[in-house]
Amino acid sequence: MIPELGQWCMVLALLLAGIQAIVPMAGSYLGDEALMRSARPLAYGQCLFLLLAFLLLAQSFVAQDFSVAYVAQNSNLDLPVAYRISAVWGAHEGSLLLWTLILSLWTVAVAVFSRGLPLSFISRVLAVLGLVSVGFLILTIFASNPFLRHLPPLADGNDLNPLLQDPGLIIHPPMLYVGYVGFSVAFAFAVAALLDGRVDQQWVRWSRPWTNVAWSFLTLGIGLGSWWAYYELGWGGWWFWDPVENASFMPWLIGAALIHSQAVTEKRGTLRTWTLLLSIAAFSLSLMGAFLVRSGVLTSVHAFASDPTRGLYILIFLGVVTGGALLIYALRAPRIAGGPPLGWCSREALLLLNNLLLATACAMVLLGTLYPLLVDALGMGKISVGPPYFGNLFYWLMAPLVLLIPLGPLTRWQGDRWADVLQPLRLFAVIAAVAGLLLAWLSGDSSVKSVLGLIGALWVALGTLVFLLRRVARRQPGRPLLSAEMLGMSLGHVGVAIFIIGVMLTEALSIERDVRLEPGQTETIGAYQFRYVSMRHLDGPNYRADEALIQVLVDDELVAEMRPQKRGYRGGQVMTEAAINPGLFRDLYVALGEPVGANEAWAMRLYHKPMIRWIWLGAIFMMLGGLISAAESRLYRRVRQSAAEGAAGAHA
Amino acid sequence: MHPLRRQRMIAIVALLLGLGVASTFVLLALNENLDVFYSPTDIADGKVEVGRRFKLGGVVLEDSTRRDPQSLLVNFVVTDRFREVPVRYQGILPDLFKEGQSVIATGSIENGIFTATQVLAKHDETYMPKEVAEAIDKAKHRTASEATSNGGSAP
Repeated sequence: MIPELGQWCMVLALLLAGIQAIVPMAGSYLGDEALMRSARPLAYGQCLFLLLAFLLLAQSFVAQDFSVAYVAQNSNLDLPVAYRISAVWGAHEGSLLLWTLILSLWTVAVAVFSRGLPLSFISRVLAVLGLVSVGFLILTIFASNPFLRHLPPLADGNDLNPLLQDPGLIIHPPMLYVGYVGFSVAFAFAVAALLDGRVDQQWVRWSRPWTNVAWSFLTLGIGLGSWWAYYELGWGGWWFWDPVENASFMPWLIGAALIHSQAVTEKRGTLRTWTLLLSIAAFSLSLMGAFLVRSGVLTSVHAFASDPTRGLYILIFLGVVTGGALLIYALRAPRIAGGPPLGWCSREALLLLNNLLLATACAMVLLGTLYPLLVDALGMGKISVGPPYFGNLFYWLMAPLVLLIPLGPLTRWQGDRWADVLQPLRLFAVIAAVAGLLLAWLSGDSSVKSVLGLIGALWVALGTLVFLLRRVARRQPGRPLLSAEMLGMSLGHVGVAIFIIGVMLTEALSIERDVRLEPGQTETIGAYQFRYVSMRHLDGPNYRADEALIQVLVDDELVAEMRPQKRGYRGGQVMTEAAINPGLFRDLYVALGEPVGANEAWAMRLYHKPMIRWIWLGAIFMMLGGLISAAESRLYRRVRQSAAEGAAGAHA
Repeated sequence: MHPLRRQRMIAIVALLLGLGVASTFVLLALNENLDVFYSPTDIADGKVEVGRRFKLGGVVLEDSTRRDPQSLLVNFVVTDRFREVPVRYQGILPDLFKEGQSVIATGSIENGIFTATQVLAKHDETYMPKEVAEAIDKAKHRTASEATSNGGSAP
């Protein structure tokens, strides 16, 4: 009964989404207010039914209804309740439902927080969002329905992929989806603005907070994924340039560019068409990510079970959404007036450079990700692109960007003089260089790339400090020291610095050693002695494990006891549970390989990873930066004002 | 020339130059980091250059895994059910490494022995990487066609 109710909820949501895609749009062209006013209630209704469908699926998991095929495939009687709930989005069908639900939650948020927008505009925005929702609901209902029955019901289910039985994985996909799907708002705003044929600064002001929030969640989602890969995959890496990681990284890069170009368009009115194009690109890349993950064209740790029909459907959908938006763009963009010209030495020119570099980096990642698919499709053999391609190019493409970061905030809009911009920074450039060299020397880091990276990170951090100091020095009485926007920007930039320091030192100084140890034997890594004490067996709720006890000593003093496990799950899957002793300045990491030879001898990975936490710390700073700038009151105040003006105008 | 136009010209030329430089580097880096995928049959056909890094895919032959009891050295055989290649690897094998299951190893070949620097197995038991599946398929077709051609030449 419950799964059938779930079906019905999804179908009703699809119907409402379909009406939401057509009626308000038609109303906006006919000038029919009643039709346009239907947009909001339709969005609420759609969301309600999707929420119901989602809860019903969760209920099927909690109640262990193995007559539902999706539940039977991804859960079993021994699975703890928390993982039964996260199993709802543990595989393709349910995660697609979650994706659609999040899209509809974003739509509701837009509907609720857009009271100040002109009715015709918001009805177009909601119609575009409804159209996107229709696409995903059709895919969910017809090609990947999570409520399909499997009769007669099985006595017990399969198992949730053990890789996903982990707290990090409960929150990683929802955060990522909130980010991905959040770009649909900027996309819908862009399409609606293009249909209006009018792109004013007001439009950008409305869409800025949405972009910032979406980007922040995407940052969090990617950061969580990286952290999860680090502790769960058992080989201590934090980023692999895996195609699916790239799929999430491309919208992130374009999103970062979009945040900056929106700032330019809002403040100066320039780069309008570019901002529109980026809005379309960010969401299109999100859709492409969905296509790559779900179509089975990729061989990746992330790929869902492959199904070419779904892949083909998403590809067509991607073509319609992106192609349609680009067509409207091509027809309408030439009519959109350009803003004032750019001065060479101005903040907008620097931000344009920022955009070009980020877009180039994204194009580079895109090429490396799609090239193997292209070669394969042309029947020219099977190839893969090695991680050094991405790693090296990304480093050199981002180097000029890092150099520019401190300059942006210190340069005035419209026009400035280089001498004035650079003058306060000279001293700090020297300090950054000296401190970077010192840091490299102290930590024993000698690779040129990484020393340059450290100097760059300190340059960004000090440059941000200069900006803050200047705000303090030029404080005007009666005005706040820092606007939320400025604070968010500074936090984000400091996050970049922290991230770079983490990456450079981790990559340059990590010691990774695979060894064979017998109980009682010791392996020394740097200052740390890892002593393998003993091995024991234990039983978990749905697995059996071998657990080693490893004592870590520094100068014969015990600093950590670590208990890595090797788990065998019911389904026969084997999992490595690494033991990690975290620290702000270093992680110790032990993972079990396999038993080798007699005497309880095991192969083990022993790692010493300095500063790796800084990588995720940097991501957290960037996320906070994005969220705080989204809280900029100026963006909302004028919306309210203009609404008041609009109302006054209507009465006059 | 009008100063504004001149400025635009310079901007466009700079942009094109930047794009040119960037794409050159991108393509060079791409070329340098391409790993081609080969099956044991491809190797037997002499398609692989000695010493060049590539990816070897196939199935781990049953009862072929030999471990050195004193170190992490392990030897096994990768097959596409048509030809076989012996593999040497020093290190920890992934959790899903199993005889009869598919692997993809990165490394190079010398004197007929493939020395792997990385061995990957995929996380789904029933899953076979597309590359491996197709390679095995191709090998099967060849076996079949050779069998028929042999049959044809027989008296």
